[in-house]
Amino acid sequence: MAKVLVVTSGKGGVGKTTSTAALGAALAQGGQTVVVVDFDVGLRNLDLVMGAERRVVFDLVNVIQGDAKLAQALIRDKRVDTLSLLPASQTRDKDALTPEGVARVIAELREKFDWVICDSPAGIERGATLAMRHADLAVVVTNPEVSSVRDSDRIIGLLDSKTERAERGERMEKHLLLTRYDTGRANRGEMLKTEDVLEILSIPLLGIIPESQEVLRASNIGSPVTLSSPDSAPGRAYFDAARRLRGEVVPVAAPDEKRGLVQRLFGRRVA
Amino acid sequence: MKLLSFLTRRGSAPVARERLQIVLAHERALNGSSGDLVRILQEEILAVVARHVKIERDMVQIKLDRGDSISTLEIDIHMPGEVVSVI
Ligand SMILES: Nc1ncnc2c1ncn2[C@@H]1O[C@H](COP(=O)(O)OP(=O)(O)OP(=O)(O)O)[C@@H](O)[C@H]1O
Ligand SMILES: [Mg+2]
Repeated sequence: MAKVLVVTSGKGGVGKTTSTAALGAALAQGGQTVVVVDFDVGLRNLDLVMGAERRVVFDLVNVIQGDAKLAQALIRDKRVDTLSLLPASQTRDKDALTPEGVARVIAELREKFDWVICDSPAGIERGATLAMRHADLAVVVTNPEVSSVRDSDRIIGLLDSKTERAERGERMEKHLLLTRYDTGRANRGEMLKTEDVLEILSIPLLGIIPESQEVLRASNIGSPVTLSSPDSAPGRAYFDAARRLRGEVVPVAAPDEKRGLVQRLFGRRVA
Repeated sequence: MKLLSFLTRRGSAPVARERLQIVLAHERALNGSSGDLVRILQEEILAVVARHVKIERDMVQIKLDRGDSISTLEIDIHMPGEVVSVI
């Protein structure tokens, strides 16, 4: 049965698009059929992160407005053939996404894929609420930093009230994905620790993605990090998170402390 | 593999720069002008084919690959089986 997953955060720039691409690719690399859907209308970026920006013809808004069929707008990944992208449009019209249109597209995607992963825009406005509306489960992307944690708390509140599931009185499955985690700084007390964030938000931990240059490199070349650097620390962390999404029990390994030390000694110049 | 990826590791920024130049050039060209070329092409192709064959919108698939100096447009038209034999 298809699962609709929203990747959301409230706060901008915490790693939603990066995580959508990486989790989507990781699930597809594991044989699942996956579509990643960009809900950031007006500021589409998932196409760039996936390396499909040159191939966009039609988008989500075209499908919603009936200018194109879903099959015409889906872009099949050239590296993993079970992975597809539905791009956002660049229109400035904020009302381009209608609730009925979104419902119809999601229902159609459910028929075709095992996973429908919705990359939410930042904020708590229309775009973000439409992205979460039909979700069966949510990945709440959070940085170990006060404003991000606070915004995640608000998003969790919306997930528990504004989604179809919540309105039907059903439970919304929520998972915390801690991203841009710097073990060295957390240990030195400069950043919130995992336990702190988990205690405050009290939703289960899906994974810890370390701060890493591999993520920047991946976005430069237009590839999810699980494809470009599967053996890197963030690559492995995303693979583990994807396995947990599928229900496997994988112990969460805290990002290697020694690595943190090495980065502290040699990483200065880069920082 | 490992060695190759190590050697090519150094500069991902130039790749990013080139990708951005291509996509931004196309997006800027579209801004302001009402006509999205691909959309117009699709409509006109549909109209031409429809003159001869009964055809649905989703039977025309357009694939695009934007390039620096050359972009390729791939057009797949799915014709109903019996039509091909008529022509
Ligand atoms: N683990 C990481 N290590 C290093 N950089 C990262 C990591 N995760 C994300 N980034 C960087 O952070 C920036 C923002 O990431 P991303 O675009 O995925 O965030 P977002 O939540 O989708 O942003 P927005 O709210 O604007 O949509 C990007 O430059 C990305 O490369
Ligand atoms: Mg984003």
